[in-house]
Amino acid sequence: MSVEACTPFECDALNTQRHRPDLVVLPRTASAVLDVLRACRRRSVPVVARGAGTGLSGGALPVAGGVLLVLSRLDRILEIDVARRLARVEPGVTNLGISQAVAGHGLYYAPDPSSQVACTIGGNVAENSGGVHCLKHGLTVHNVLAARVATMDGEELVLGSTSGEAPGLPLLALVTGSEGMLGVVLEVTVLLKPRPARVELLLAAFGDVRRAADAVGRIIASGVVPAGLEMMDAPAIRAAEAFVRCGYPVDAEALLLCELDGLPADVERDLDAVRRLLLDCGATSLRVAASEAERLRMWSGRKSAFPAVGRLAPDYFCMDGTIPRRHLADVLERIAELSREAGLPVANVFHAGDGNLHPLILFDAGRAGDVERAEHLGAAILELCVAVGGTVTGEHGVGVEKLGPMCTQFGAGELEAFHAVKHAFDPAGLLNPGKAVPTLARCADYGAMRVHGGKLPFGHLPRF
Amino acid sequence: MDADVTPQLVERARAASAEGTPLRIVGGDTRRFYGRDVAGDAFPTREHAGILRHDPAELVLTARGGTSLTEVEAVLAGRGQRLPFDPPRFGAGTTLGGAVASGLAGPARAWAGPVRDYVLGVRLLTGDGRVLRFGGEVMKNVAGYDVARVMAGSLGILGVLLEVSLKVLPRPAAERTLVLDVSEHEALERLGGLSSSTLPLSASAWSAGRLHLRFEGSEATLDEIERRIGGEVDEHAVEFWTAVRDHTGAALAGTGPLWRCTLPPLSPALPMGTPLLVEWNGQQRWYRPAPGVDVQAVAAAVGGHATAFRRDAGTTDAFAPLPPAVLRLHRELKRVFDPAGVLNPGRMYAGL
Repeated sequence: MSVEACTPFECDALNTQRHRPDLVVLPRTASAVLDVLRACRRRSVPVVARGAGTGLSGGALPVAGGVLLVLSRLDRILEIDVARRLARVEPGVTNLGISQAVAGHGLYYAPDPSSQVACTIGGNVAENSGGVHCLKHGLTVHNVLAARVATMDGEELVLGSTSGEAPGLPLLALVTGSEGMLGVVLEVTVLLKPRPARVELLLAAFGDVRRAADAVGRIIASGVVPAGLEMMDAPAIRAAEAFVRCGYPVDAEALLLCELDGLPADVERDLDAVRRLLLDCGATSLRVAASEAERLRMWSGRKSAFPAVGRLAPDYFCMDGTIPRRHLADVLERIAELSREAGLPVANVFHAGDGNLHPLILFDAGRAGDVERAEHLGAAILELCVAVGGTVTGEHGVGVEKLGPMCTQFGAGELEAFHAVKHAFDPAGLLNPGKAVPTLARCADYGAMRVHGGKLPFGHLPRF
Repeated sequence: MDADVTPQLVERARAASAEGTPLRIVGGDTRRFYGRDVAGDAFPTREHAGILRHDPAELVLTARGGTSLTEVEAVLAGRGQRLPFDPPRFGAGTTLGGAVASGLAGPARAWAGPVRDYVLGVRLLTGDGRVLRFGGEVMKNVAGYDVARVMAGSLGILGVLLEVSLKVLPRPAAERTLVLDVSEHEALERLGGLSSSTLPLSASAWSAGRLHLRFEGSEATLDEIERRIGGEVDEHAVEFWTAVRDHTGAALAGTGPLWRCTLPPLSPALPMGTPLLVEWNGQQRWYRPAPGVDVQAVAAAVGGHATAFRRDAGTTDAFAPLPPAVLRLHRELKRVFDPAGVLNPGRMYAGL
């Protein structure tokens, strides 16, 4: 491949980090993937697997002197078993491609990350991708039954089972979300679900964020499990409305979208319950989509919120922390304070039902000091998420982006165990090296940069 | 009885690792029959008990591993919630840690999914006395490898579950169990059709010519289902499903080796006689086969696998053999978390 042809592969959707790959390989078969891995293993050449490159954390960033193994041409749907509700597909098949292939049978593949038009199922397994319907319908790990996975040694593993219960340790769950560090996905068997008989979407506006956050907890505690429960704050509402004219109340301080699905009588009952709860929690306006067209329009604002907010400033960082829901209002208020202190606006769009926040930090990379301020603000937000019992990444992965914040969430013991797990699968350390799990030395440096109360994490490590 | 005895447990594990003394982890000691025999000193964990957090709005419960499963379920029921995987108990003392480590699920599993789907986080005591925390108390978490889920069904070979955080779910508005008189063949046909419909079939059990089907949802939905499916309503459904779950009913009564076959959806009747009990829409079937039948081979022929659930004296292994590459990974992971190999050695496979 020419230098020009390699350039599109120099980054994934985290485009602030780039490295033009030294060699790009685009195999068409699983056996070719195994050959590439064996050849690289013999010569000690690092390998980075990549699907469509839609990842948000730099997990598919090429490494110097390595091979970029692009799996997008392994894009065949091998088997659709309507009766058993299974599809067996190659890793390069797109997420939406699976749902489209089985739509005629009234079935779909449930996890729906925002990039589902483009992202591949192999990448979904690597990242344990989520979406807006996880609370009820699960993450990738809940919707994949089996996978064929190649190790760096070129050995093929069959993990999981169509019976749903395989003997031994549940290693498929370990590989799911391992960010291409443990193996390369060669084939995936996914669970298909029947399209729900009825779907209803409610939109509720609130005069303050705390009331909206309380409503989220009240709905879930009431026994209703919404298919989706999304929240947006004022900056995000206004940006989305200006961008797609979806009919959002621009004077609201917070907006909730609550989707209910299931059998008609059950949805009817839940709809009544949720409507009453929302009004009880002080919703200033409440609307139920009257038609499928209106439902899609109400979703369009939420689904285009990132690009809509992106129009407000030259650059933005998207955070991905998850917190226990009871801290929602407090964390949002604290983020607003941090935003004021940093002098950078933050818009909030998030999966409220899962407690998965996506604060969008707006900045201008062309303005001196802005990038550093934005990075600092981002780190402070993620530390806040960890401090209230949450995590630095709910669904976007660590990649290269969150190696620093990982040091906040985990101690040396856990990080050492992660490295040992990696070593069990990939003793030579050639698969996606340097991603997902920070070295202890890196954490020592990160700690040195971010001293808390004079106490250094990893204080026992030698420093150079 | 709430107590945090982490320091004592750590000390015991450290000493055992230093001396190379094998330990047999004992929670409620109600599942001792499950898996291979372990020769080792008893390592009691039941004292390490107590529910640490449960906020119904979070759909998460965190408790120490030694907490009684009955207590956990009572607390959840008090707030209208439940453990979705419906863990069985084979005695009064079953602990939460044991329920997760055994990876066993009850009749609702076919509807709700396996134990690992609900494990959000663990605090783990490794064989050499390290205390490590993996996962957390949130629904979505992709920071670090998902070591917590690997503990579901790990049979204690990687560590002792000091704390477990589980996703919990609301109980359904209502449930109704319908009973039909059908043969095994007819039952499998019906279950095949039902499992590919949109009906909320939350459990199924066929035994001795009777098919029990449990549905959940609103009363209106259940009325509609009853009209469509027919059969008689079981007025003692709660007792029936508890007996199926805990193996106290007529179907699995009796003695002798008991085999469980776990199968892909829509698997045909197996050439091994009539099953004692068919669960999970036909995907879990229980047998007491005639001597000499190679149960593993019969299950493998349709893409499933078999477990010697309750073994006779002559049977050593409990689980279907693993492919060599997968077994090697098990050994490597065992070395990561239990380097001296002292925790439940051999419980899952020889040499692990």
